[in-house]
Amino acid sequence: MGKMATREAYGLALAEFGNTYDFVVLDADLSKSTKTDTFKKKFPDRFFNTGIAEANMMSTAAGIATCGKTVFASSFAMFAAGRAFEQIRNSICYPKLNVKIGATHAGISVGEDGATHQCLEDLALMRSIPNMTVINPADATESILAIEAALNLDGPVYLRFGRLAVPDLFDRASYHFELGKGVLLKDGADVTIIATGLMVPQALEAEKMLAAQGISARVINIHTIKPIDRAIIKKAAEETGAVVTAEEHNIIGGLGSAVAEVLCEECPVPMRRVGTQDVFGQSGKPAELLELYGLTAENIAKQASDVIKMKK
Amino acid sequence: MNNKRAIELKIIANRIRKNALTAVYSAASGHPGGSLSIADVLSVLYFEEMRIDPKKPNDPNRDRFVLSKGHCAPALYGVLAERGFFPTEDCATFRKTGSYLQGHPDMKGVPGVDMSTGSLGQGICAANGMALAGKIDGKDYRVYTILGDGELEEGQVWEAAMYAPHYKLDNLTAFVDYNGLQIDGDISKVMSPLPIDKKFEAFNWNVICVDAHDMIQLYDAIQEAKAVKGKPTVIILKSVKGKGVSFMENNASWHGSAPNEEQYRQAISELDAQIEELEVQLNG
Repeated sequence: MGKMATREAYGLALAEFGNTYDFVVLDADLSKSTKTDTFKKKFPDRFFNTGIAEANMMSTAAGIATCGKTVFASSFAMFAAGRAFEQIRNSICYPKLNVKIGATHAGISVGEDGATHQCLEDLALMRSIPNMTVINPADATESILAIEAALNLDGPVYLRFGRLAVPDLFDRASYHFELGKGVLLKDGADVTIIATGLMVPQALEAEKMLAAQGISARVINIHTIKPIDRAIIKKAAEETGAVVTAEEHNIIGGLGSAVAEVLCEECPVPMRRVGTQDVFGQSGKPAELLELYGLTAENIAKQASDVIKMKK
Repeated sequence: MNNKRAIELKIIANRIRKNALTAVYSAASGHPGGSLSIADVLSVLYFEEMRIDPKKPNDPNRDRFVLSKGHCAPALYGVLAERGFFPTEDCATFRKTGSYLQGHPDMKGVPGVDMSTGSLGQGICAANGMALAGKIDGKDYRVYTILGDGELEEGQVWEAAMYAPHYKLDNLTAFVDYNGLQIDGDISKVMSPLPIDKKFEAFNWNVICVDAHDMIQLYDAIQEAKAVKGKPTVIILKSVKGKGVSFMENNASWHGSAPNEEQYRQAISELDAQIEELEVQLNG
């Protein structure tokens, strides 16, 4: 199985879709890291560096979009969703402009750069803004298809990509990507694991561990954090009676919260949230940090077997 | 521009002021001071300069206007109504629940509003984006934006100030409404953005300073800006906050408070008197 960072796929997708879609790309001096330089090399006339000025980049993107152009605005998740939150809210989302935010280096797997660069709050920030669509792809294929879906959607989209190379899960020729629809990866009856981003392969691994213990786990991949697929979550809760969420994000405000909201309203069942536990990260190797903060198949499996015990 | 046209534009500016005050009075909230100070430049832009058509507010080739100091929406609505984008009577619905005339401009709701603004510092960046889009598409439209002098305290303004000359956005003209007052008082006491002209010069802009209430100076500066190639122009408007209403002039307390009925009537009668006087000049 091959591996590719979703940011890498972002750069490739921009370069590919640049042939067929009319859009421009902005970056704030991080094009080599966000991989928008792949697009820049191919379409130099459609790439604009704003320098290290994310607030200006987001509002400029909005201005370009008012003139009928789709714009990709790229930076690290921390500086896109974090630093420029208010520009995204007021300049982009309020007027519902066609700006697609390509936010790379999300999550703790940024690694050595440490807490200042490990954005664990972006899903919470972005999904709370009206008109915003939020997508957190799990692999390269899903990233490319999510970018295509974003291009075909009228309105702002937040696309969350990672720095770390992640396993290829899906085959582009056969994988069906639908915005707002969760993907059933493995059926199961005792518990449901709902995962997003790089926690999806961990969820699949956890399913195998649980199976070895005689527990049948359902695995659902949620690429679209907003609008979230309420139907697939409700059905899973009704049929399996317990849920574990897994995300590379603070347990407050991200996938876990989004799923909890649906469960509370549609079908309350016991649940557990795997994610960072309302703490900042630190410097270290990505794999070691993921382990340290419990973002592992082992922890998902443990939470799953625990939550099953709470079922009535 | 001849004197006759300048007087006509002055009359229109006073009508814009009346619309703005009616809006703020009806809402019992809003920002009259900075609305009155930009009425003259709005009159020149919308009635003399800009390539716009109220029947085609979304024409891709139109000139754009971004009110970066979005809290002066009453003046923008005032000029748009006067220019025929929507009925003048609607100004009285300003800030009321259900009205399309929001407290700060909403591009999706108001014909003629090219960008939603209100959070200071963001409008000039959006204007940069529009100017850049014009360059990319080879269109000849121009982009205008008005900043407040207090707004210059927002760091994002200087990100934009760096950006526009870097991309040689000579199709952009920014105005700074230099009335010297912000909510908390004198700009030089709150957090001085001075010297404004030298700052923009240092950021590689073409800089012009004019009397904000002299129609001929305004018009000439706009023409000069159009002739400058390779860099954007900023026109610093030395203005009087609350211009046109005696008790509002140069008084920071009118930044964001509405007149009561008596004050409103006095303000309207003062503006009516000025219009009458200008009409006498025009016809006499």
